[in-house]
Amino acid sequence: MINRRGFCKKALLIAGGFAIPVSALELFDPKKLLADKNDREKVRWGFLVDTYKCVGCGFCVKACKMENEVPYDASVTRTWVERYVLTSDGVTHIDSPRGARDGFTDRNISLGSEGMKEIKDEDIAKAFFVPKLCNQCDNPPCVQVCPVGATYQTADGVVLVDRTWCIGCGYCIMACPYGVRFFHPVFHVAEKCNFCYHRITKGMNSACVEACPFGARKIGNLRDPLDPVTRIIMTERVEVLKEEYGTKPQLFYLGLSKEVK
Amino acid sequence: MKSHVWRPLFIVLGVAALALIGQVFLVPKDFGVWQRGYMYGWHRKGNEAEWKKVSVKYRTSAYCKDCHRDKFDDLRQSPHANIMCENCHGPGGNHPEDPPSLTIDRRRALCVRCHCRLPYKASGRSAIRGINPVTHYPEAECVMCHYPHNPKLEAKR
Amino acid sequence: MVHGEAWTVKELFVYPNEYIYWTIQIVMYPLMTGLVAGAFVLSSLYHVFGVKQLKDIARFSLVFSFALLPAAMLPLLMHLQQPRRGIEIMLTPHFTSAIAAFGIVFTTYSIIVGSELWFVYRRYFVETVQSLRNKNGRTFGEIFRCFFYTILTLGAWDISREAVEKDERAVKILAGIGIPVACFLHGYAGFIFGSVKANALWMTPLMPVIFICSAVVSGIALCIVTYIATMEMRKLITVWKHRQDPSLPTTEALKSAEIQVVTMTVRYLIMFMILAISLELLDLIFRGYTAVKSWDILRSVIYGRDFFKIFILQYGFGNLVPFILLLLPRPTIRKVVAGTLLVLVGVFMMRWNVVIGGQAFSASFAGFMEYRLPIWPHSFETYKEGLLGALTVGIVPFILFWIMSRILPIFLPEERH
Repeated sequence: MINRRGFCKKALLIAGGFAIPVSALELFDPKKLLADKNDREKVRWGFLVDTYKCVGCGFCVKACKMENEVPYDASVTRTWVERYVLTSDGVTHIDSPRGARDGFTDRNISLGSEGMKEIKDEDIAKAFFVPKLCNQCDNPPCVQVCPVGATYQTADGVVLVDRTWCIGCGYCIMACPYGVRFFHPVFHVAEKCNFCYHRITKGMNSACVEACPFGARKIGNLRDPLDPVTRIIMTERVEVLKEEYGTKPQLFYLGLSKEVK
Repeated sequence: MKSHVWRPLFIVLGVAALALIGQVFLVPKDFGVWQRGYMYGWHRKGNEAEWKKVSVKYRTSAYCKDCHRDKFDDLRQSPHANIMCENCHGPGGNHPEDPPSLTIDRRRALCVRCHCRLPYKASGRSAIRGINPVTHYPEAECVMCHYPHNPKLEAKR
Repeated sequence: MVHGEAWTVKELFVYPNEYIYWTIQIVMYPLMTGLVAGAFVLSSLYHVFGVKQLKDIARFSLVFSFALLPAAMLPLLMHLQQPRRGIEIMLTPHFTSAIAAFGIVFTTYSIIVGSELWFVYRRYFVETVQSLRNKNGRTFGEIFRCFFYTILTLGAWDISREAVEKDERAVKILAGIGIPVACFLHGYAGFIFGSVKANALWMTPLMPVIFICSAVVSGIALCIVTYIATMEMRKLITVWKHRQDPSLPTTEALKSAEIQVVTMTVRYLIMFMILAISLELLDLIFRGYTAVKSWDILRSVIYGRDFFKIFILQYGFGNLVPFILLLLPRPTIRKVVAGTLLVLVGVFMMRWNVVIGGQAFSASFAGFMEYRLPIWPHSFETYKEGLLGALTVGIVPFILFWIMSRILPIFLPEERH
């Protein structure tokens, strides 16, 4: 029969004995060692939008639809441009007719079912355009809520949707704070901007970047300190949308204003 | 386990076994946790290659330069220098094999995208010279009077 | 037309891709799972807590809970854009998503209720098979019934007192385990909404708890109404049968819906109703008090556009009026039926106000969306996500319940005096 003292001694001995090999596992965890060597991916895509340069021509929206085979007449789009018009009475008017697919060709603001709002030139205090697209967030809430693993993030930061696996529940669409996702009218699965993944992985620019005649859109590699996009982000004052949601968006804006939604 | 109380459990275990076998056959082999972890990287790896294989439609102006040198040079010297050819003519694709010809879009809607005059001072838009599409020759096509490849010149008749 | 365009009307500034994607079927789904959970909790009140007066309604609500389960899956299948891929939730579940819990929760719950039903009815299966076997000259239908029930016994033929006592103990344990599982079945639906930070109306930690309490309310209310209806129907059928064949027993021998059983159940209903309404009002008060960025647009939705649906229909007709009706002295079956039907209306409006209300405003906080429920379908999509689709989902549980009551009779022989 073991007595109390003997038991305590033996127990401590055994526990200590276990601690050594277990700590060794911690110190020499093979997975951790490998991770440290290839710690960061060499490419992380980031996007820069200069809202001072955007004129609202909508060529980006047209190019995106053609390049990514989103039906031209469908009322959904992977990217769009919003118009903000602040009148001298302090009211902000916002619209995006057909996502600016055909540009902005009317001074009047379209208010959906409320019709058109006439704006007189002399009443305009300030007005500008804001292009929008998927932010390819570092903490994408849309990926978190996919119940079947149909949407995911690649190692280089782009969030993609597996069209053969998506069940079309729409949870990702509800979870995106930026309203970037929609149901593809032909494939009936979730769809969104993917920075033209098929182009950027070949060394080309996204279609919208190429189409913009004013250089308002630029795509780059945030891990490359010499990339022009990275340089602007690191040296100039840039903003992101809806930072309070904690999504860590990788779409940076020059010239955002307090009115932008 | 002699008691009959455990009978339903056997049924459950049987169904669970069937479900696990089903999983082996129905789940694609490359489905798993990849680089971004379980939260952000749970997917079928093969899909990444599928997205990379999507066909490129827009070839950029450098593609058009070799055969359409004259128009390319016209544009280079004009205020329209930064507009890519395919913005107005549509994506090049495999032109000249497919499509054999691209559209020449003469509609006003194309020009009015930029040249509908919008006096938005905080935006680059106000720097673009423009017209009121409702009052400025509303029935005519812009290209009747303006040469799109170099608007400084008169339209080629 | 893209998905959602047919029934969404946009006003002011709404992001181009925003439509009302989660429509009537997503309103029906929590309604159905809530009924499942509530019916089970009611049944457990007898089995676990031994409230003897609830014995009749306990078996009834257990079978109803089981019949509601497949019906609860139907709205999801009708909503999915790719319903044939629905099985993927079981194949590659992504557990960071609340929806992925569906597979586990539904399976666990089906196992528990299925097993509990087996224990409750095992003696009936055995006795039926024995009496059918002893019978001479069985019809084809009776041969089939005999075979079918033999399978259902799972080879457990012992119906001695000890065996039946083991059954009852198993039922008690399963009913006890089942209560938290039933709560989880509906609580996870609340989590689905409450965890969406992108939606200003849904995002609150109270959502799972509000859903659970509301689920219990709906389950109890539905069981009371269906129990009363079933008892009355039984009487009517017996009267009709008695006219055909005067040798059959008369209605005096049949029990009517007993007012004491109903009153006792109603007391539990009121308790959970108070809990549910308190949490909802707490959420509203907090939002108004803290007035974060989204409060302006939420206020115009809650107190403006949806005022009638929230305050008149849900809180007024769905909570206040039933409170009064059910708490009046001298309860009658008629008052109880009216009260519980109104409670069910209130429960439906709560799901509507959460699901549709959450999509009544744009994520831009600068525009609104109006939901026009498709009444007459002109495509498969407008059938599935329209009024007829919702009615289909509403009718299926009763059909299933009727089918199940042929196999698992609600009123066992010893009650047919």
